[in-house]
Amino acid sequence: MTEDIKTRMIKVYIMGREYEVPEGLTIMKAMEYAGYRFIRGAGCRAGFCGACGTIFRKKDEYKFRTALACQTPAEDGMYLTELPFVPANKAEYELEELTSEPSIIVSLYPEIARCVSCNTCTKACPQDLQVMDYIQASLRGDINQAAELSFDCLQCGLCAARCPADIVHYHVGQLARRVYGKYVLPRSQHLKERNDEIKAGAFDQEMEKLTAMGLEQLKKLYTERDIEK
Amino acid sequence: MEMIRGYPDYMRESIEKVEKTRPQRLKATFKAMTLEEREQILNEYHPDYKPEAKRDLKIGPSKGQRLPHEVADLLEAHPLIDPDDVDLSRVDYDCDILIIGGGGAGTVAALWAHYSGVPVDRMLMTTKLRHGDSNSMMAQGGIQAADRPEDSPPRHYLDAIGGGHFTNKPELVKALTMDAPAIIQWHEELGVMYDKDDKGVMMELSGGGTSRKRMHSARDYTGMEIMRAIRDEARNIEVPVLEFCPAVELLKDDQGRVAGAVLFNMETDQYYVVRAKAVIMATGGFGRLHIQGFATTNHYGATADGLVMAYHVGANLIDLDSVQYHPTGAAYPEQIVGLLVTEKVRGLGAQPVNKNGELFVFPLEPRDVESANFIRECYGRDNGIITPTGMKGVWLDSPMIDDLKGEGTIRKNLAAMVRMFERFGIDMTKDPILVFPTLHYQNGGVEINDKAETSVPGLFAGGEVEGGVHGKNRLMGNSLLDYNVFGRRAGINAAEYVKKVTPGKLSLDHARKYEEALKNAGVETDRKAPMLLPDYRGNHVLSRALDIF
Repeated sequence: MTEDIKTRMIKVYIMGREYEVPEGLTIMKAMEYAGYRFIRGAGCRAGFCGACGTIFRKKDEYKFRTALACQTPAEDGMYLTELPFVPANKAEYELEELTSEPSIIVSLYPEIARCVSCNTCTKACPQDLQVMDYIQASLRGDINQAAELSFDCLQCGLCAARCPADIVHYHVGQLARRVYGKYVLPRSQHLKERNDEIKAGAFDQEMEKLTAMGLEQLKKLYTERDIEK
Repeated sequence: MEMIRGYPDYMRESIEKVEKTRPQRLKATFKAMTLEEREQILNEYHPDYKPEAKRDLKIGPSKGQRLPHEVADLLEAHPLIDPDDVDLSRVDYDCDILIIGGGGAGTVAALWAHYSGVPVDRMLMTTKLRHGDSNSMMAQGGIQAADRPEDSPPRHYLDAIGGGHFTNKPELVKALTMDAPAIIQWHEELGVMYDKDDKGVMMELSGGGTSRKRMHSARDYTGMEIMRAIRDEARNIEVPVLEFCPAVELLKDDQGRVAGAVLFNMETDQYYVVRAKAVIMATGGFGRLHIQGFATTNHYGATADGLVMAYHVGANLIDLDSVQYHPTGAAYPEQIVGLLVTEKVRGLGAQPVNKNGELFVFPLEPRDVESANFIRECYGRDNGIITPTGMKGVWLDSPMIDDLKGEGTIRKNLAAMVRMFERFGIDMTKDPILVFPTLHYQNGGVEINDKAETSVPGLFAGGEVEGGVHGKNRLMGNSLLDYNVFGRRAGINAAEYVKKVTPGKLSLDHARKYEEALKNAGVETDRKAPMLLPDYRGNHVLSRALDIF
């Protein structure tokens, strides 16, 4: 499809090897155009799964940059590679046995105390999250802030790959969110009541009637139902 | 072509018209279509209703069903492996339950099989990409459950079955809607951060075709928030997972029961034989088949592998003639064409408008009807906006959300969307975004009953691979719900089933018989299936590729 479009060609260096690709493709599509067929390194292709964490360097720059290959246009003179895997350690725990006490995160991930506040994780994040801030919040025991700040994390692992203190930020954020979701956010009372009603059989009769109903009557009921504004 | 804040100048002219009509549209509504009007526009403009896009399937238990050519091509194809190449006498993995697919349905099935007494070392999950790489991860807008006092599961039932044109299997819609509140409560237990107020009241929105606000969300990362929580739980209990290792063919035993699978390590080319008392198929849908050439919202692995494998062992298919096109796929810029713009954007109040800034459709029709209206506006009435690459689309007037619900609503509730467009220079809080229908969901699939059993003993299915739940059209928020409800039921019922089963001698005879059936039906082709992954390599490469290593 991309080959029908007449555009300028640019040069990119995929793992050091030069290829010509049309301008305007994402890094992922540029690699495919060049002939790569992904097994690793492509997931949702839409910026939601973190499978395509990428390290690159722009023309005439010395700086390492990071991004998602599926969400970043390839540029002329770019040197790039995808990161197929991050061998990060994940703590195992039983959520039922945890609490929301301030020390909970550091007890499972003691290495967060090694954070030197260099902010490399934040700079590495393709979601532009305040990664260092949520690690510091975790260290302080501010679970609310750790959960809120890490919420948009795709778990690509670029933060951990770049961290000089070997912190696994994205797993820390996951723990914070689960503790926050379970022990801090208020439980829904109306949800509980509805489940009690269902268990007590409050809707069984009406449901029986609906599942047995003839088409014409069902259509009538559907058409006449009121719509909440 | 001059670019101004992400759009070429000529598109800016149309945006000015959208801005001009916005103040009066803030209060405007558009009448929803009647059932008759719906039927008429679907017949005229919905891609599914084009007879030439489909053909009758030539072989197997669902012979004669009308399917999109792209699906029929995979079912009328040679099995990927030659049974004579596989040594079944050496079993690499012996387990009670094999789960094929590591997305939402597979993960939920693993957890509920575990809760139902199957030890994790008696299960195996195998997946083509990484654990969690799936459409489940990408769902943005929400999950339905009738849990407010003014709502009820029967009302949810009525919405779902009406949205599906009354073709859904009643027992499945009943299961879907009656289990829904319990699923949400289970998620709460697992720590899923649903949007709630400070008293715990769920903040719920409308979706297309729903008569009550029952869309639960976690910002616009709902699918990701659920998927990463259940995956974290599966990792905590140490469910064994083989990644980059798709199943390529099911195995049966000498009593005709499904009893395992042949797996293929895509990185080493080695195959593995798995013997299992039950298999749960949770492979997702077919978006990456690009039916009728449509772009898709789906993840890289959505290639219908599970349909093919289930059909090889004789499972019935249902409603596979029906494809869901999501009305709002991104139509501009080129790099993100086809990616999902969540229905939540309309749920929060954004209206679809044409090149003249006119509202032309009720914003929350069921998805097929909404899509047909967009296509008519572009191709029937020529009121679409043409992109620099020649694609047509309509505006989705996102900035009006902040006008309606207060400054900052868009950034807070649609962070993923804002980010996606910002990466390409467009600020959707200030400018409308261009959309056009995109291939989104496989409405039908392998037929199941309310125990998530297929027509073949030993084979269960959950999630997008199965069919019957949504009939000919799924409503928003019922897919996350589907994989939870039927993944759970598959896990529970498979756990019960394996108590009574000892697999017999393993066999691939069904693959041999499939070859025979192809021959008898006169199918002459070099196609093989399952497909495993699409191939997007450039033609200049493929035309000079050698298969010598």
